[in-house]
Amino acid sequence: MRLIHGLTLFAAALLGAAPATAQITGTVTDDTGSQSFTVAIPPLATPADVATSAGQTGELGRKVAEIISNDLNATDVFTPKGPAGLRGIAMPEVTAPAFGEWEGIGAENLVHGFVRDNGDGTLTVGCYLYDVSLKSEMVRQGYVVGPRDWRRAAHKCADAIYSRLSGENPFFDSRIAYIAETGPKGNRVKRLAIMDSDGANHRFITNGQAIALTPRFSPDYKSIVYVSYIERRARVYIYDIASGRQRLVTESPNQTFSPRWSPDGKTILYSMSVGGNTDLYTVPVTGGTPVRLTNTPAIETGGSYSPDGSRIVFESDRSGSQQIYVMNADGSGQQRISFGGGTYATPEWSPRGNLIAFTRIGGGAFRIGVMSPSGNGEKLLTNSWQDEAPTWSPNGRVIQFFRTVQGSGKTSVMQVDVTGAKERKIDTPVDGSDPAWGPILP
Amino acid sequence: MKKNTTALLLAVSLMAVAGCAKKQKPEDLPPPPVGAEGNTGAVATPAGPTPGSQADFVASITADRIYFDTDKSDVDAEDQATLASQAAWLKKYPGTRVTIEGHADERGTRDYNIALGARRANAAKNALAAMGIDAARISTVSYGKERPEALGSTEADWARNRRAVTVTVQ
Repeated sequence: MRLIHGLTLFAAALLGAAPATAQITGTVTDDTGSQSFTVAIPPLATPADVATSAGQTGELGRKVAEIISNDLNATDVFTPKGPAGLRGIAMPEVTAPAFGEWEGIGAENLVHGFVRDNGDGTLTVGCYLYDVSLKSEMVRQGYVVGPRDWRRAAHKCADAIYSRLSGENPFFDSRIAYIAETGPKGNRVKRLAIMDSDGANHRFITNGQAIALTPRFSPDYKSIVYVSYIERRARVYIYDIASGRQRLVTESPNQTFSPRWSPDGKTILYSMSVGGNTDLYTVPVTGGTPVRLTNTPAIETGGSYSPDGSRIVFESDRSGSQQIYVMNADGSGQQRISFGGGTYATPEWSPRGNLIAFTRIGGGAFRIGVMSPSGNGEKLLTNSWQDEAPTWSPNGRVIQFFRTVQGSGKTSVMQVDVTGAKERKIDTPVDGSDPAWGPILP
Repeated sequence: MKKNTTALLLAVSLMAVAGCAKKQKPEDLPPPPVGAEGNTGAVATPAGPTPGSQADFVASITADRIYFDTDKSDVDAEDQATLASQAAWLKKYPGTRVTIEGHADERGTRDYNIALGARRANAAKNALAAMGIDAARISTVSYGKERPEALGSTEADWARNRRAVTVTVQ
């Protein structure tokens, strides 16, 4: 398992004294999304172009800039320029940018930085953000990483820039668990897999002998709860990433599925079918007696905790069709919140707490949308034949989901900003479904 | 073997009434694949299938599966007749056990379809039990939308995938 080591921050101690905080120019976008920052991101400098196990430091400088640019382009907040088409910079420019030149290409903000081989098996990635018109520094950070973790330094830099300019919490340095799909439609091979939030550092976890479905990272990234058909029926397992071992969440002759962690990582919320009737249950992660939360003849599934753990959003067809309901975490106070027509499924509570993402089915389409936890302000973000199963970025600003192609049944992991802008496909080695975004890495 | 069966099913599917949103009736369908889901069906000999085997089961009954309307799990009169033929065979071989596999079409979300498949498998199980088959001989499993049999994305394909299939446990 790839573990982070030695990622330290020494802001302000890098290349001189920290300047006073600069004013932000431009307007931070709100949920309606309109204005964005034009940010120039030329290739990073290097004090000496030397070989490391991750490649030449000069080449790494270009790649780090590419990752920062790609990250920032995922949100509605930025219009990145470069590194393609921009000149490289010399080391002295890192702290003394040629502001006039960058202003001349229309940049409101400027990212500079460097990659340095420290000679002790580590790299330092310096990360600077400038306001071009004010000629002032807004971010100065440095990350010391092992060569394997150079991409994380790039994500941390993008996170620092994003947070400074948007006022939002960071989210790029995070990971995704999902299901890698291969094989014919009638006998799909489905493997549990993990990757960085941008699709890099991909790793298959299970071998595909049993169908794997609906993974979720634990809040500490140490384990994954998911569904496996390993004994020819759906059951919820917790897979320990370090040991490669897994165990049943609860022993039962019944099928268990649709698992979620509680925000504190101590409880698994899941669905269980007993005599054909599916209800929501919880069980301690360490094992114990399951507690039944819903008690109707209808299907209750797709449970998801509010970020404070006090409430649960779920779907039920008790009204005659799938709709979204909210209840207290003990099962009391169940209330329907979806009333827009058609059916609603796969609710996911935003980590910010302010929105519920869902799949809305109607008019021959499956679309991803969001609404408030009281059911107000519904907005649909995608429009496709079958988009399904949203998952939130750690800061609640971006949603991933999966898209199925009519006929072939081929699937892909997709991403969209919560405003509905910046829809993109996440590159995976094979088809992908059931993405689940983990928290921000420390 | 599996590939050939799939091709055959596709061919028959194309011949089925186009755009038909109603339940596909068993007589429209080819014989089911023997040994699906890993059950090793006994090899048929010139003398006929081994009594009590999966092959014998399939050869002796009206159909090994019943079909459902969208989001429904009702067992209608025709389904009852199909299940009655299965019950008759099960009474003839009281030492046998079956698994009923519930399935949904692709036009539903994953978790809901698992729950829906469980409902359908259980509806078939309850019907068999009502016909006098000991419920302890019947297990159920739901595959949701994970194992479609018809591979297209038409109403006719979906109708064929909304099914509960009875498989003998050998």
